[in-house]
Amino acid sequence: MRFDTPAMTNPIDQGKVVGQRIHRIDGPLKTTGRAVYAYEWHDSNGRYVYGYIVGSAIAKGRIRSMDVSAARNAPGVLAVVTSDGIGDLKKGKYNTAKLFGGTEIQHYHQAIAVVVAETFEEARAAAALVKVDYAEEKGAFDLEAAKDTAVKPEEGEPDSAAGDFDAAFETAAVKFDQTYTTPDQSHAMMEPHASIAAWNGDELTVWTSSQMIDWWRTDLATTLGIDKEKVHIMSPFIGGGFGCKLFLRADAVLAALAAREAKRPVKVALPRPFLMNNTTHRPATIQRIRIGAERDGRITAIAHESWSGDLPGGGPEVAVQQTRLLYAGANRMTATRLATLDLPEGNAMRAPGEAPGMMALEIAIDEMAERLGRDPVDFRIINDTQVDPEKPERPFSHRNLVGCLRTGAERFGWQDRSKQPGGRREGNWLVGMGVASAFRNNLLVPSGARVRLDREGIVTVETDMTDIGTGSYTIIAQTAAEMLGVPVDKVAVSLGDSRFPVSSGSGGQFGGNCSTAGVYAACVKLREAVAQKLGFNSPDELTFSGGEVRAGDRRMPLAQAASDEALVAEDRIEFGDLDKTHQQSTFGAHFVEVGVDVATGETRIRRMLAVCGAGRILNPITARSQVIGAMTMGVGGALSEELVVDTERGFFVNHDLAAYEVPVHADIPHQEVIFLDESDPMSSPMKAKGIAELGLCGVAAAVANAIYNATGVRVRKYPITLDKLINGLPEVS
Amino acid sequence: MRAFSYERASTIEAAAKAAASTDGAKFIAGGTNLLDLMKLEIETPTHLIDVNRLGVDRIEPTPEGGLRIGALVRNTDLAADERIRRDYAVLARALLAGASGQLRNRATTAGNLLQRTRCPYFYDTSQPCNKRQPGSGCSALSGFSRQLAVVGVSDACIANHPSDMAVAMRALDAIVETVRSDGTTRSVPIADLHRLPGDTPHIEHVLERGELITAVVLPKPLSGKHIYRKVRDRASYAFALVSIAAVVLPDGTGRVAVGGIAPKPWRDEAAERELPNGARAVTAKLLANARPTEQNAFKMALVERTLSAVLAEARG
Repeated sequence: MRFDTPAMTNPIDQGKVVGQRIHRIDGPLKTTGRAVYAYEWHDSNGRYVYGYIVGSAIAKGRIRSMDVSAARNAPGVLAVVTSDGIGDLKKGKYNTAKLFGGTEIQHYHQAIAVVVAETFEEARAAAALVKVDYAEEKGAFDLEAAKDTAVKPEEGEPDSAAGDFDAAFETAAVKFDQTYTTPDQSHAMMEPHASIAAWNGDELTVWTSSQMIDWWRTDLATTLGIDKEKVHIMSPFIGGGFGCKLFLRADAVLAALAAREAKRPVKVALPRPFLMNNTTHRPATIQRIRIGAERDGRITAIAHESWSGDLPGGGPEVAVQQTRLLYAGANRMTATRLATLDLPEGNAMRAPGEAPGMMALEIAIDEMAERLGRDPVDFRIINDTQVDPEKPERPFSHRNLVGCLRTGAERFGWQDRSKQPGGRREGNWLVGMGVASAFRNNLLVPSGARVRLDREGIVTVETDMTDIGTGSYTIIAQTAAEMLGVPVDKVAVSLGDSRFPVSSGSGGQFGGNCSTAGVYAACVKLREAVAQKLGFNSPDELTFSGGEVRAGDRRMPLAQAASDEALVAEDRIEFGDLDKTHQQSTFGAHFVEVGVDVATGETRIRRMLAVCGAGRILNPITARSQVIGAMTMGVGGALSEELVVDTERGFFVNHDLAAYEVPVHADIPHQEVIFLDESDPMSSPMKAKGIAELGLCGVAAAVANAIYNATGVRVRKYPITLDKLINGLPEVS
Repeated sequence: MRAFSYERASTIEAAAKAAASTDGAKFIAGGTNLLDLMKLEIETPTHLIDVNRLGVDRIEPTPEGGLRIGALVRNTDLAADERIRRDYAVLARALLAGASGQLRNRATTAGNLLQRTRCPYFYDTSQPCNKRQPGSGCSALSGFSRQLAVVGVSDACIANHPSDMAVAMRALDAIVETVRSDGTTRSVPIADLHRLPGDTPHIEHVLERGELITAVVLPKPLSGKHIYRKVRDRASYAFALVSIAAVVLPDGTGRVAVGGIAPKPWRDEAAERELPNGARAVTAKLLANARPTEQNAFKMALVERTLSAVLAEARG
């Protein structure tokens, strides 16, 4: 199905199942421990053995020699695979650094060997016996120091401009110019990367934890130099990804190589410390923002420049993305620059671009509002735009940022905010409120699905879509149920298997809208097949409802269409240029109240509210879970999360969950989410848009602005830890 | 993790003897720290002596009016004990500020005292660390040191001690009772249990090979307000940047021990005598010989500010 004109009324609009508060259908499997995650997979034929990865102990240089004799002779060891023995592997399309390092070391903890043994403990113990002689080289590890060497990236749109920023800024009545920094961040999802690989002749089966089945399949085949058709990937349950499992990782590659060498199925999981330095992370940024405005609050000039670093061949963090679209202003520019750093690979993490970009932009907007003497909510409303500010002829498909801000201000009690920073004190707490807009683009990715109706009236959906904890199983079941007029418990959903049609996968908050649109397309075909089978003339005038198919007075049980043999339909949603003619984005507003301890500077969140305008909400329960999870991640970004770079040795020092502090329950007392009732017919037949990343974008800035409102201390360097506050707090002696 | 042998000791004397006579032996009780360190090969014992069944798991009154806490009393049980909550509230509060419910269920009193630093370089076997590998150098001095010690440090090591419980025990002048491998016992004031790093940061306490902690004795209760204030980046499940254990009398005198800033619970009786003069006077003495890094210098101000809040609460 090609989607190139706005959606008309369709069966999804009935809203009998889609849009309803339906608990996730895989919930019982998860709460009872029966959902099988990658590393846990067992089949009765498998006699699995265990691989343990050896990571580089240096950040940059070469391996002079590697002595694996002690490891090879250790108890239980079946094989030691090093890149020496394998030869150079090709690199997957989506990887920057090699997943299996050769003699050249590109980053700390880059995999250089895998030891296979009968037990996990034996493999781990033997891995520690691998002796490596390194020739260490100097590297670049400090973004601040490398900033001036940054260049314009070759790909993407490193520069954008409209009007004449320089002239408009120069003559603006009120001017603002500040620089912000965001640190490297780790995905820190609960389930580490893990794979089991088994060869059957030249065919490879990999159980893994992947957000994008087809990307992994393709890149694994490329890396191993085998035919893609020979690779079978399965990833039915995933314990979080946040972008860290978008791209093929070392666990899958090394499990495959180890299994080939050991001639046994091999399990490989990345130990927690490897998450930070072996995989990818969100790159740190330095961002400069300049805003010029009239005294009445209208922005006349806005500029956003961002610097980040990555390994050679890598890409920048596109932190300026939202600034091209979020606020009005005739004169504007953005620039993205990329430095070479020899840290581990920077790559996508939840809302790449907007998440760190909004961390900076939405503080800048708060600062500018104060300079103009405007309320920060009003300042944002004044500068709303219904068109792409760079191309005014190009409207937004649907945009209600103003509604999000107004609704949120009212529900949160924004009028009670102290106008004077540091003006509200309750006991030992300085209390403040902050606001930020939320913004994230809506991305459209083709997505396929297969649906089957059997004689029992059960509808089975198969797609290689993944559920990374988001609720894909549930919204896909809801979609098929709505389309075919059956309750959700008559729908079986099978996901995450490369034998199924290729889907959008999970990433960039496109998975929910796009994968259900693919299921919609397949269901349209199935409806046609049902109509034909049951002898109805025009499928368009049929009603599928209550397990029946109806046209006028004629009604037939749906299952009867499959009484001889199961009916199967497969299709794929493909998108035309509605995202070119219209700007498709999602909007929201975050409101946060914090208390800052007047003595210690500890910031504690008191309450949070997110209002989201993101098209049709397919399931308010799972959507809310996405948003509160994102808000929690935003609190981490605001207050504690930072991969600390050792700029001499070139690695992230705090590489475990004790030292990389994500929020715990005690940090998140009260969260509320409101979804505006809207739908966007430009996005897909589902009229839905992304929600999972929107919920993150702006949160940290709302926290930062609340801290400023509480204390009068403006921190422009994330995370906002107490050491950056205490010197500005009142005397307490 | 290296392969190791294991035995379960049935008497204290046998445990101490086995530890003294076996190269590379270590006691294991709760294992909440040791097992993690073994998995990373930071600790590589060749033999583990399980002391969990030695029976020293009760809290009993002493003739002097204090309490003897068996070495194996779990942190959860200690924090929940009515006598501890009533008479040694600073200790109960310190315990509950530490770790998580699950860890406190396993962690023992003696193990808590002997837990090792959380310096990130100590935890990464690819990096130099004088504590883990004597003579290899200290990565933290020029590296990531925000969390680490500002006082009691040396050129060889700036690691801090992570315990909350020990800070309160230091304020209470607890006594550590041990049995040596020859069967003799001794009592070590908690002030003398931990050693400062000097040139030998790998030697962290005064216990001899085979010497086993059997109990911690609390002297009779101290009147006054018992306060434990832990300052940390997140609200729970984080090590202290600074923590303060204080017992303050209405006249403003009292005791104060500080955590998070030194290789051991930090208390200075001379500084303590300044308590009636306020937080600034105490801190000036307490941190007189501090050698902070650029990254952890904020702890100097943080100690004073936190102590100030604690004293205000005590007056409150």
